[in-house]
Amino acid sequence: MNLKLKALTKSIWVFHASVGSCNNCDIEILDCFTPRFDVERFGIQLVGSVRHADAIVVTGAMNRKSVSILKKIYAQAPQPVLVAAVGQCALSRHMFRFSYNCPEPLDKILPVDVYIPGCPPKPEAIIDGIVKLVNKLRSAE
Amino acid sequence: MSHKVIVPIGPYHPLQEEPEFFQLYVEGERVVDIDIIIGYNHRGIEKLAEDKHFDQVPYLVERICGICSSSHPYAYCLAVEDLLGGEANVVPERALYIRTLIDELQRIHSHLLWLGLAGHFIGYNTVWMWAWKYREPVLDCFEMITGNRNNYAMFKVGGVRRDIKDDDIPVLKKAMDDLVPALDLFRGAVMDDPVIQARLKGAGILTKAQAIDWCVVGPTARASGVNIDVRRDEPYGAIDRLNWNVIVEREGDVFAKTIVRILEMYESVNIIRQCLKGLPPGEIDADVREIPAGEGIGRVEAPRGECFHYVRSDGTNRPVRLKVRAPSYMNVASDKVGAVGGTISDATLTLAAVDPCYCCTERVTVLNKTDNKKIMNGWDLIRLSQEKTRKLEESLKNGRL
Repeated sequence: MNLKLKALTKSIWVFHASVGSCNNCDIEILDCFTPRFDVERFGIQLVGSVRHADAIVVTGAMNRKSVSILKKIYAQAPQPVLVAAVGQCALSRHMFRFSYNCPEPLDKILPVDVYIPGCPPKPEAIIDGIVKLVNKLRSAE
Repeated sequence: MSHKVIVPIGPYHPLQEEPEFFQLYVEGERVVDIDIIIGYNHRGIEKLAEDKHFDQVPYLVERICGICSSSHPYAYCLAVEDLLGGEANVVPERALYIRTLIDELQRIHSHLLWLGLAGHFIGYNTVWMWAWKYREPVLDCFEMITGNRNNYAMFKVGGVRRDIKDDDIPVLKKAMDDLVPALDLFRGAVMDDPVIQARLKGAGILTKAQAIDWCVVGPTARASGVNIDVRRDEPYGAIDRLNWNVIVEREGDVFAKTIVRILEMYESVNIIRQCLKGLPPGEIDADVREIPAGEGIGRVEAPRGECFHYVRSDGTNRPVRLKVRAPSYMNVASDKVGAVGGTISDATLTLAAVDPCYCCTERVTVLNKTDNKKIMNGWDLIRLSQEKTRKLEESLKNGRL
C-alpha cells in the first residue's frame, strides 16, 4: 500500500464542511465526538483547518454559492485526502434536486470515497461508514 | 492614528457548524463594524413548497432546520389549520398535548446543544461534553416516540402522526426526573463559577431599546428585558392549560442569555411533566379533506424565538405561496450592535450567543446599501449592468478625446 495512505488509516483528522445542510447531519457528526460515541478514542479528531485534515466530511445539498468554496477547500487539503458524503442531501441532493439553487450532486464535483445515507444518519451509521472506509483502504494493497 | 483591519471569519471555520461569513472591522482589539454575509445555505425551500401538496410540505419544512425541526412543521400546520378554522377547532385534544410535548422536548435538546457550544467557545470543553452527554437521553425520548433522533416527522395537518403509548409514559417521566439534576449542575456551574461570570457578564450587551429596535425575538429578546413569548401571547397546542412562567432577564449580555436558556429548560421539563400527567385519551388526528382558499398564518415559539409561517391557498391541493420567517433572521442582525464596541475575543462569543441558525435564515433579497431599496428584480440588475457598461464606455471616450 501507498505509505501515505497507510499512514492515513491510523488516526484520521477530519475537517467538516457543511455546504447547505439543515444542521441535522452536522449535529450528528458532532455527536460522534461527544461522550456516548466518542470517536476520539480511535484517534479521529475534528480539526479547524483543512490544511491539517486527512478527510473532508461533506454534508448538505450544495448550492451555487458554496460550490466554489468547497472546491477551494479541496484544493487546499494535503493530498491524498478522503471525502465522505454524509446524509441524503450530500449523496443525491434529496428533495432539493428540483431546487433552482442546488445544481449538482457532490460526486460530480469531488471524488467521493464513502457514502453514508440517512436523513440524518445516526452516529452509529457515520462511525460504521468511516470504519468501512478504513477497511477499504487497508485491503486495497 | 487608528488603523482599520478586516478580520474575516468564515465561511468555513471551527466556530460554528454552518457556513456563514463575518467580516469584523477592527481597530486594534476593538470591533468597530461588522458585516454578515450569508447565503451559503440557501436551498429554495419556499419555491419547492409550491410544487408539493399540503401533506408533503411538513416533510419539506422540517428540513429547513435540523435543530428546530418540530417548530417549522408546527408553524406550517398552524397556518393551514388557520385556514380550516383554527387549531383548537380542528385538532383532537390528545394531539394538542402531544404537539406541545414534542415542542418542549425539542426546546430542551436545542438549549442543551447551545449551552454545550457556548461552553466550547469560551474554552470550557467539559461543559460541551457534559451538555451533549445529557442531551442524548432527550434524543432517546424522541427516538422512542417518533422513531427518529432528529427530523421527527410528527406533525401533519389535523394532528400528529404517532401516538405516545402508555408504556412510554413512565420512561419519559424518568427521563425528565434524571434531567433535572443535570440542569442543576449546569445552573450551578454557570452561576457559581467566577471565571464564567467574569467572562460572560458585560459581553455583547443588547439593551432593551436596542432589542426592540432590532426586533429580536425569543431568548435573545427575553434576556434584554423584552417580555415576549408566543406561547403566552398567542397560545397554541395545550400550552394555555398548563402552568409555567416566561423567563425574563434584564442585563442583555451573554450571561443573561445563558441564564434565560437554562431556566427555560426547567420550565420545559415542567410543561412536559404536566403534559404527561394530563394526556387525555382519544384520537390523535382529524381527517382533513379540503383546504379552502384563503390566507393563513402560524406562529410558534421556536427555541430561538418566534417562527412565522404564511400560507396562501387557492382551493387546490397545493399552497400557492409559503413564506417563512425564522427567528435567527432578526437575531443575527442584532450582532451589528451586540458585537460592535467589544473586543475580537468577545465577538465570537457574542455572535454565537444569539444561537444563530443560518439554514433557517437564508432568503434571497438584494439590498441597496444606501437607501435600503430592494433590487432583487432581474431587470433592475440588468439595467444596472448596462448602466455600468455605458459609464465605462463614456469614460473611455473621454480618455481618448
